Amino acid sequence: MLGRTLREVSVALKRGQVTPTELCQKCLALIKKTKFLNAYITVSEEAALKQAEASEKRYKKGQSLGDLDGIPVAVKDNFSTTGIETTCASNMLKGYVPPYNATVVQKLLDQGALLMGKTNLDEFAMGSGSTDGVFGPVKNPWSYSKQYREKRKQKPRDENDSDWLITGGSSGGSAAAVSAFTCFAALGSDTGGSTRNPAAHCGLIGFKPSYGLVSRHGLIPLVNSMDVPGILTRCVDDTAIVLGVLAGHDPKDSTTVQGPVNSFLLPSLTDVSKLCIGIPKEYLVPELSPEVRSLWSKAADLFDSEGAKVKEVSLPHTCYSIVCYHVLCTSEVASNMARFDGLEYGHRCDIDISTEAMYATTRREGFNDVVRGRILSGNFFLLKENYEDYFIKAQKVRRLIANDFVNVFNSGVDVLLTPTTLREAVPYLEFIQEDNRTRSAQDDIFTQAVNMAGLPAVNIPVALSRQGLPIGLQFIGPAFCDQQLLTVAKWFEQQVQFPVIQLEELMDDCSSVLANEKLASVSLKQQ
Amino acid sequence: MSVHASPTLFMAMAAKEAAGAHPDGVTLSASLGLTGGALRVPGRGDMWARAVRLGLRAPLGGFRAFTAKADAQGSGRVTAEVIEHLERLALVDFGSQEAVARLEKAIAFADRLRQVDTDGVEPMESVLEDRCLYLRSDNVVEGNCAEELLQNSHRVVEEYFVAPPGNIPLPKLDEQESFPHN
Repeated sequence: MLGRTLREVSVALKRGQVTPTELCQKCLALIKKTKFLNAYITVSEEAALKQAEASEKRYKKGQSLGDLDGIPVAVKDNFSTTGIETTCASNMLKGYVPPYNATVVQKLLDQGALLMGKTNLDEFAMGSGSTDGVFGPVKNPWSYSKQYREKRKQKPRDENDSDWLITGGSSGGSAAAVSAFTCFAALGSDTGGSTRNPAAHCGLIGFKPSYGLVSRHGLIPLVNSMDVPGILTRCVDDTAIVLGVLAGHDPKDSTTVQGPVNSFLLPSLTDVSKLCIGIPKEYLVPELSPEVRSLWSKAADLFDSEGAKVKEVSLPHTCYSIVCYHVLCTSEVASNMARFDGLEYGHRCDIDISTEAMYATTRREGFNDVVRGRILSGNFFLLKENYEDYFIKAQKVRRLIANDFVNVFNSGVDVLLTPTTLREAVPYLEFIQEDNRTRSAQDDIFTQAVNMAGLPAVNIPVALSRQGLPIGLQFIGPAFCDQQLLTVAKWFEQQVQFPVIQLEELMDDCSSVLANEKLASVSLKQQ
Repeated sequence: MSVHASPTLFMAMAAKEAAGAHPDGVTLSASLGLTGGALRVPGRGDMWARAVRLGLRAPLGGFRAFTAKADAQGSGRVTAEVIEHLERLALVDFGSQEAVARLEKAIAFADRLRQVDTDGVEPMESVLEDRCLYLRSDNVVEGNCAEELLQNSHRVVEEYFVAPPGNIPLPKLDEQESFPHN
């Protein structure tokens, strides 16, 4: 049951084949079993069971709230949740319990979803490995998959366990939670690729909505002009269901656009001959692994063979996008992190000599090196003598990058097809050889130009590498064409038929099949 | 004016000025009343005094540009003065020499932006710049949650957040350890 899609489970709940409480308990048990993945920082067991109870009552009365009623979900720990500790994986916010829910969290709860817990991340969402949080790194469930282990001729659970793989980041905890079947959907955040990167490494759908479509109220901000909440699921239809719940104007977030929100019901595309797929040539970099390149090429051929128009396009300022992002990100971070002074919330040091001394020591104790480094870099770029040369310059380059995309989409291209990551997930020991900034600069290369332009993008897992690890490709669409983008993505997903992760050893105890399940012979393909 | 730069920079500048015509007119030997071909090597004290005066007259930015050119890597941009300034602004300390080195690398990385031609390009602040921003009407619809908010703070007295005394500046860089370790 835990391996089903959201829609399938929703149907099963409506038919009484499984109850929300059973689902909840199964997920909680699996979370306990997969604790070694370190995907969750906080597991809200009591709250989830209470929510399950309420959901069950609704189902008994036939008054379910919708597709998400009774469905276990997880939320990245930089979204505020009432009564549940929200830490951003940082000492600065350890023990901080928000008095309000982020809008997206509230929307999920209003639909009856069960909040299983808050997931692990890089500290303050800065990083591309989910390795730099104070609660430790997140392990990629694929490290323990049959597919990976067989290729290495290893047993599923090594006592040694030293060669496990990273999930990617910064929403690695959310990705691991969904990938290991502990929930059906998870919220991440995406500032430079933080949802799509771990999705690619964990074989999931990782969706970044258009900037302005989904509310950021309650998402502890990193870069106000680029952050969006992201959605991680195991199939595109599930993402569409969640997006339908989350999208829309929020009076509490003035950067959300007004106007009617299209339905996110995805039509089943059968004919792609009217589509034009763009392949940006600047994304063909030497560092791209041959396997990813080959899959990218095969995907392009697939569209071509089905009658779509596939053409090479140019995004000339691509090579500057990482630098531009680096300046803008650190500058906004310097501003956003200024709120953490120890007075009203969060960590506070013991020094009482002066306000400034207290602030300085609190911030030294609360932030790790990565965060401090970015704050200092940002402050440097914002100095009066540097402002024009760095910050304003970067904003100008940002316009050039955004215009590149506009020009390409205006030339008749419907959707861009690019790799998501340079290669598959690497072992943790290899990943930490380089520092956070270097890794981010390397790993964000395909994903962060999209954040600068505010466009929707999605990672679709395509195939397993020679080593048995997921490789994904990215689709990018024009602003606010999220539904069209997901429609194309759904078609592609059906073509590639990405394999399900085999975590038999973990699933054995939990897939104690209910009698109802065996009897059910629902043909869900008719949906 | 930072006095942390290497002495040789001062001497180089001073020597250059001494060699060429100086706006102030007199050369060192003339000012000392020496004429003729007698070669007089100015005492180190004289050179230092003259160099400091020259340095002070040079625009501050110009001086820094000089130090930047001194090293292609960009190191030299992050002088002790800059470090102190940034630490004071950010209220976050570098903590180690590695952090300074990382900042220098970050600056060198950011310098690549200079290669882009942005003539006539307006800075972009938001991707939603072509849209209207809607503000809520100024009516109170929620709040009255002082107790909840106070609970999150470590130090409160009745309904006040308690802060240590203000208006006390942080000690200067040379008055404290350069890189206090956590």
